[in-house]
Amino acid sequence: MQIHISPNDGVPIYLQIVKQVRYLVASGRLSPGDEIPPIRVLAQQLVVNPNTVARAYLELERAGVVTKRHGSGTYVSEAGSPLARRERLKILTQRADALLAEARHLDVELDEVIKLLRERQEVLTRTQK
Amino acid sequence: MKTDSSPPKDAAVEIRNLSRRFGAKPALDDVILAVGRGVVFGLVGENGAGKTTLIKHLLGLLKAQSGSVRVFGLDPVTHPVEVLGRIGYLSEQRDLPLWMRVDELLRYTRAFYPKWDAAYAEQLRDQFGLDPSAKVKNLSRGECAKAGLLLALAHRPDLLLLDEPSSGLDPVVRRDILEAIIRTVVDEGRTVFFSSHLLDEIERVSDQLAMMVNGRIVLSGSLDAVKDSHHRLTLRFETPQTSPPALAGVLSVNGGGREWAVICNGALDELKAAIEKAGARVVDEGVPSLDEIFVARVGAKSLNR
Repeated sequence: MQIHISPNDGVPIYLQIVKQVRYLVASGRLSPGDEIPPIRVLAQQLVVNPNTVARAYLELERAGVVTKRHGSGTYVSEAGSPLARRERLKILTQRADALLAEARHLDVELDEVIKLLRERQEVLTRTQK
Repeated sequence: MKTDSSPPKDAAVEIRNLSRRFGAKPALDDVILAVGRGVVFGLVGENGAGKTTLIKHLLGLLKAQSGSVRVFGLDPVTHPVEVLGRIGYLSEQRDLPLWMRVDELLRYTRAFYPKWDAAYAEQLRDQFGLDPSAKVKNLSRGECAKAGLLLALAHRPDLLLLDEPSSGLDPVVRRDILEAIIRTVVDEGRTVFFSSHLLDEIERVSDQLAMMVNGRIVLSGSLDAVKDSHHRLTLRFETPQTSPPALAGVLSVNGGGREWAVICNGALDELKAAIEKAGARVVDEGVPSLDEIFVARVGAKSLNR
């Protein structure tokens, strides 16, 4: 599990961990049943206070993203799929907002943006073949 | 797991109404601090704010002129052996005996600490890449810091006390120091007290922090509480304003015309109500970094003076 912390951007560190774990789950880089590192291990790996990691895990547990199993560790929840879909859409919504804002600045109409998305999709599927 | 600002009875550090003058100049002014056990405590302040003076009181190197200082419930001035035996200290100067070799330095320091862990010392020496036969005077600045840190850690102190540990060091050594801080609390929940002017380090590793300006504590509490109670808001006024908006809770103002960015302290809904009353609306809001909070606090303080 790779997480990157930037203490200078104002977002509390525990929240950066929460967001990135959610992202890793939503994007499939963490699968249901995967174990996430113990608090102490992640604290040392990220060089952040262990209480910060504990708070992030608590938050993730409350949101149902991970489940704590007594005495054995913390795992990505099995029942993660409907939530994961919501998360995926949330991530895409942010990207879409950024794209639309950019398009407005550059004076590009919405129809053109949609056309561009279709074109890019074709290019992508072609290169993947 | 969670730490709050009220200290447990067995606080590692407890300072009550400590004041100190050097001649006419007040160095510490009515400082009140409590650090619970197992906490990483970060002391923030500009050069000359009084951080080192405060740390010298914890070590018993300075006697309280008024107020009291307790480390593990003891006065460091009257119980130096008991207190110093439980503290691992890295000074900003890192005054090491220059004529010794690294292995001699380890053996020499070991004699002072009954709890010295030779295997741990050796592990740290290896991890820090310190050559045992190197002369201290030939060590680089970073190696000196690592050697000092090794000496502070190797007797597994209950309280690790670091005065500006990162000052003047490259990022690799700074990371070694931060890792040592984390390892210290993760490992048996010991206590760390460190001063720094690098706010991103404090934000990264502390549970609790205090900000010092001109010998006074201007802000202290858990990192979460400090972050939660400060806001970065962008205000937009209907008409251009010629002077910054005067609002309660605002620590710093930046901008001009219609849009002003403010760093403020308080409950968000109350702040927003006051802003609306002043004829503006909030167009953007976020959490300021510790750096921004500190700069705003220092600015607010000098305005009041």
